Amino acid sequence: MNITEKILARASGKTSVSPDDVVFVNVDKVMVHDVSGPGVMAVFEKLRKTGMKIDKIWDPERVWVAEDHFVPAADKISAQNIVLLTNFTKQFGIKKHFKYGMGQYGICHTLSHEEAMVLPGEVYVGGDSHTNTTGALGAFAAGLGHTDVAYVLLNGKIWFKVPETLFFKLNGKLPDHVMAKDLILKIIGDIGTDGAAYKTMQFGGIGISEMSVESRLTLTNMTTEAGAKSGIVEPDQKLRDYFAERGVTKYDEVHGDADAQYEKIYEYEGSEMEPIVAKPFSPDNTVVARDLSSVELDKAYIGSCTGAKLEDLRAAAKILKGKTVKIRTEVLPAAMSIFRKAMEEGLLKIFMDAGAVVGPPTCGACCGAHMGVLAKDEICISTTNRNFPGRMGHVESQTYLASPLVAAASAVTGKITDPRDIK
Amino acid sequence: MEPFKKISSIATPLDKVNVDTDQIVPKQFLKLIQRTGFGQYLFYDWRYEKGVPKKDFILNDPAYENSKILLARDNFGCGSSREHAVWALDDYGFKVIISTSFADIFYNNCFKNGILPIRVPDEILQKLFSTKRTIEIDLEDQSIKADGIQVSFDIEPHWKKILLEGLDDIAMTLQHEDAIIRYEKSHKV
Repeated sequence: MNITEKILARASGKTSVSPDDVVFVNVDKVMVHDVSGPGVMAVFEKLRKTGMKIDKIWDPERVWVAEDHFVPAADKISAQNIVLLTNFTKQFGIKKHFKYGMGQYGICHTLSHEEAMVLPGEVYVGGDSHTNTTGALGAFAAGLGHTDVAYVLLNGKIWFKVPETLFFKLNGKLPDHVMAKDLILKIIGDIGTDGAAYKTMQFGGIGISEMSVESRLTLTNMTTEAGAKSGIVEPDQKLRDYFAERGVTKYDEVHGDADAQYEKIYEYEGSEMEPIVAKPFSPDNTVVARDLSSVELDKAYIGSCTGAKLEDLRAAAKILKGKTVKIRTEVLPAAMSIFRKAMEEGLLKIFMDAGAVVGPPTCGACCGAHMGVLAKDEICISTTNRNFPGRMGHVESQTYLASPLVAAASAVTGKITDPRDIK
Repeated sequence: MEPFKKISSIATPLDKVNVDTDQIVPKQFLKLIQRTGFGQYLFYDWRYEKGVPKKDFILNDPAYENSKILLARDNFGCGSSREHAVWALDDYGFKVIISTSFADIFYNNCFKNGILPIRVPDEILQKLFSTKRTIEIDLEDQSIKADGIQVSFDIEPHWKKILLEGLDDIAMTLQHEDAIIRYEKSHKV
């Protein structure tokens, strides 16, 4: 069995499972945020109307809550939503609620790894499609709709059909000007936005072993854009060190067997990779960045669970140091802990000296909610994950998806720019 | 939920690929806490310009006013996992969505809200797009009939039962939980 099959087998009390088996698994962790939380509450209300009594949930210790989509409160309704979410966590005794303005908080997927909320070998579900991100920690991580999350909150279990696994093997290290974001955009361009529908995308090979945990999280994050059920990377020493830095040393790792089966293996040569950009209006609409050097931009956005982790900010700062931005540029670290480290390392000063604005952690403009959305016909280069019509604002605005290096280089020139072309 | 009955209706052809849930219900409406009334926000940014219906958008064509079937292209329902998207389609009146492929979370969300998503090969979808007549969907028989077309479609038995009997997925699984646990226990070494 491969790692995903072994995790699902263990969580369902079976000795072995195969793709397409339906298994009823025990869930280790579940997450809701300020969109899915109220959605789940609406499902609870519906159930109550049918006569069901809901005064407790399965295990408040295994549930955690993030405020990320509409904080800082975008308007009166989102402010009210946070109050509702807070009442919900109080009512059900959920202690792990990361509140805006009270120490650590940030984008739910970023907190999942920054705060070690999910451990290797666990089954983790969340009320958000990018829950896949957390699979880079060697866990089975999948997003669910509100009804399914409500079900898990009541029962601690959920059905899954064991997915087939596509294995993406990276031979060799990525060059310095290429980031994990370029690799995942290249893969999505190759297999399409439904190329991994109901499948697991597993990443391995020497290039992945060489890669930091944060980079791996960028890969698993965007498996969602290829339609994947989940994304995963096997645990290794780098991951153990990552957890040890967070004071966590006890967990039960799962590894695939030597004869693990994969539906298909794709190979990529690290040294051949180039900076890639996804053009509007789909993440699979990819070309090499240099082909777009005539595209004039209105804005650069460095943010989100995909592209505002500490190493993403370091990459952007490397380009922006001593430069001045030509277009409006926003940097929103993905969590308060990252914001603090970026401050301590002097990265925020580099951004500000270059003329960029630094904002608080939030999903913000990535999902077009607030904090810098786009006007009609505006064109943005962004380190985020989606560029469907209207994703970051007006339905006739345009978003190009790119790595933090490309986004920062483009901020300097005002046009889409390969980082190698910045002197 | 209402049991799913045979549906006969003209189909609304939404000729777009990769329709993501943010287009189905834009984010500005996610903050609402109720589960009903989302139909008015369905495809909002495509449907309205400054609050006025856009003439060139298919849902605003009077010919499709009472349509219960939506035809869409590849990868319908991709993007955010928001279940509001399904709530909006249901509230608007769509009971069947036919496409070549659906995003996984969206597909599952449909069944939990009484909507039947049907996957068909591209050539069948093409034919359905070109028919202007009524399409008949029979879930019991798993068939689509329209204008000289007659094809069957696949559906997992679990989902078929839930829709035909109008069962709530949560209620149904709870009802069977004991049996499931017994089964799980008996299969443990």
